[in-house]
Amino acid sequence: MEYILIFITAIFVNNIVLSQFLGICPFLGVSKKVETAMGMGAAVAFVLVLATIVTYVIQKFVLDAFGLGYLQTIAFILVIAALVQMVEIILKKVSPSLYQALGVFLPLITTNCCILGVTILVIQNDFDLLTGVIYAFSTALGFALALIVFAGIREQLSMVNIPKGMQGMSIALVTAGLLAMAFMGFSGVDKGLAALFGI
Amino acid sequence: MNNFKVLMNGIVKENPTFVLLLGMCPTLGTTSSAINGMGMGLATMFVLICSNIVISSIKKLVPDMVRIPIFIVVIASFVTVLQMVMQAYVPALYATLGLFIPLIVVNCILLGRAEAFAAKNNPIASLFDGLGMGLGFTIALTLLGAVREFLGTGKIFNIAIMPEEYGMLIFVLAPGAFIVLGYLIAIVNRLKKA
Amino acid sequence: MKKLESSLKNMALALTGFSVVAGAILGWVNKVTAEPIAQANAKTLSDAIAVVVPGFDNNPAEAPETIDVDGVSYKIYKATKGGEFIGAAVESSSMGFGGELKVLVGFDVEGNIIDYSLLSHAETPGLGSKAADWFKKGAKGDITGKNPGEAPLVVSKDGGQIDAITASTITTRAFLAAVNSAYGAYKNQHVDGTSGATQQAAAEEKTENVENK
Repeated sequence: MEYILIFITAIFVNNIVLSQFLGICPFLGVSKKVETAMGMGAAVAFVLVLATIVTYVIQKFVLDAFGLGYLQTIAFILVIAALVQMVEIILKKVSPSLYQALGVFLPLITTNCCILGVTILVIQNDFDLLTGVIYAFSTALGFALALIVFAGIREQLSMVNIPKGMQGMSIALVTAGLLAMAFMGFSGVDKGLAALFGI
Repeated sequence: MNNFKVLMNGIVKENPTFVLLLGMCPTLGTTSSAINGMGMGLATMFVLICSNIVISSIKKLVPDMVRIPIFIVVIASFVTVLQMVMQAYVPALYATLGLFIPLIVVNCILLGRAEAFAAKNNPIASLFDGLGMGLGFTIALTLLGAVREFLGTGKIFNIAIMPEEYGMLIFVLAPGAFIVLGYLIAIVNRLKKA
Repeated sequence: MKKLESSLKNMALALTGFSVVAGAILGWVNKVTAEPIAQANAKTLSDAIAVVVPGFDNNPAEAPETIDVDGVSYKIYKATKGGEFIGAAVESSSMGFGGELKVLVGFDVEGNIIDYSLLSHAETPGLGSKAADWFKKGAKGDITGKNPGEAPLVVSKDGGQIDAITASTITTRAFLAAVNSAYGAYKNQHVDGTSGATQQAAAEEKTENVENK
C-alpha cells in the first residue's frame, strides 16, 4: 500500500518536472515530437533505476562505511557518467534495436539533473533499496508522462500562429506553466489516498 | 577580444538564461523570491569562476578523450567546497536552496563554458568569462525572483510594495515560474529586435 | 608545452592524478569546515531555544531529554535559571500538506506556551510557510500564553479557538497537532516535584488521539 502511495505521489502530486523543477533541460529540449519524447522517457527510466541501485550501494558500503560522506556529489556524478557510458556500450552489443531507439538520448542523460537529483533525494529521505527503486521508477514515469503530454501540446502549437516575440521557448514555457497548473489539481490526492489506506 | 568585451558578452549578448537558455532547473526552482534567486546566482558564479580558471590552467595536461570526466571532477570539487562552506557560514541560505546546490554540477552552463571557452583561452580571459556569465545568470535569477515575489506576495527583497492581499500566489508556485520566465524571454526577444 | 596526447597511459595518469588531487583538497576543506558546520548547527538550535524559552542561564541544547509518547520520540531541552527549572523547549513534528512540519515549542512551568519556532517544513511556499509568524504573539492566530493542558488547541473551523491561516487549514491543523503533542511530551518529562502531571497528561493524550483521527 505504501508503495502505491509513493507511486501515485511521484507521478502526479510531486511531478519531478512540473513541481520539483528537475530535468527541465530535456523537458524543453526534446519535446518537439511525441516520438522522441517517448524515447527520452524510456531512456531516463532505464538509467534512473540503474543509477539509484548503484549509488545506493556506493553510499551505504563505501561513503558511509569510510566516513567519506562529503564526497557524495563527486562520487555520484562520476558513477552516473560512467554508468551511462557503460549502458551505451552494452546496449550497442547486446540489443542493437534498443540501442537505436535510446542511443541518441543516452549522452544527454549525464547532465540531466533529475538523475543526480533523485539519487541524492533517495539518500536524503533515508529510503531502503526497494523503496528507493520504486520511487526512482515512479519518478521516471512522471517525467515521461510530463514530457509526452508536453510534446503532444507542442506538436499542436507548431500549427498555429504565435506572436513573433513569443515564438519558440517563450510560448513553450508559458505552456509548461499551464500544464504545471493542471498538475496542481492533483495536490491533496496523496493525502486522500493515505487516509484511504490508513497510513 | 579584450576582457571587458568578454565580460559584457556574458551579461548581455550571450546571457545564459535569456539568450542561451541554459541551466533552467535552478532558474525555475529557486526563484520564489528575489533573495533566493540572487543567492543561487552567486553560488553558481563562484563555482563557474573557479572551475573556469582551473580548467583553463590545466588544459594542456588533459588528454582530449578524457577531458569531460576531468572537467566534471574539477566542477564537482568546487561544488562540494561550496556546499561545505555554505553549511558552515550561511546555513539558512543553504537550507533554502537545498538540493539545487549539489545540482550545480549538472548545470549545463558550467560544462558548457568549460568546453566552449575555458578549454581554449587563457586563465585571465576565462576568469572574465566566468564573471560575465555568472553575473548574467545572477541578474537573470534575481530579476525573475523579484518579479515572482512582487506578483505573488507584493514584496521585493522582503520589502512590502503593495498590500499582501493583492498578491497572486500562483506566481510563487511552480506554474508561475514557467509563465514569468516565458514572458521575460518574450520581452527580451522584443528588445533584441528593436 | 605541448598538449598531452590521448594515449592510454596519459589518460589513466591524468584521471587518477586529478581525482587524487581533488580528493585530497576536499578532505582538507572537510576537516577545516567540520568545526564551523557543527557550530552553525548548534547555534541554529540554541538560537531557536533562546527565542522560545528566554531567560535561562544554562545550556539547554547540551543534554536534551528524549521522551517516547505513543511510540514517537520527542526531544525536550530544559531551561533553568540559577539551577531552578523555568520551562522547556520541545521539538515536535506532524505531517503537514507537503510533508513533515517540525516545530520547537517553549512552555513555562505551568505548561503555558511562551513562544514557538518553525524549524522546518515542506508546505507550499508563501502560503503554508506563513506558519512561521501566524501564531506569534499579537498575530491573528496567537497561541502564546495558551495552555494546551486546559484545552487542546483546535482550529476554529473544527470548533476550536485558533484562527486558521488563510487558505491553509491543513497546515494549521498539522501545526496545532504538533504543538499539542509537544505539550503531551512536556507533561511526561521528569520534573522534580510536579506530581500528578503525568496522569493529567495521559488523560489529555487520549482526547488528542481522538482528535487526530
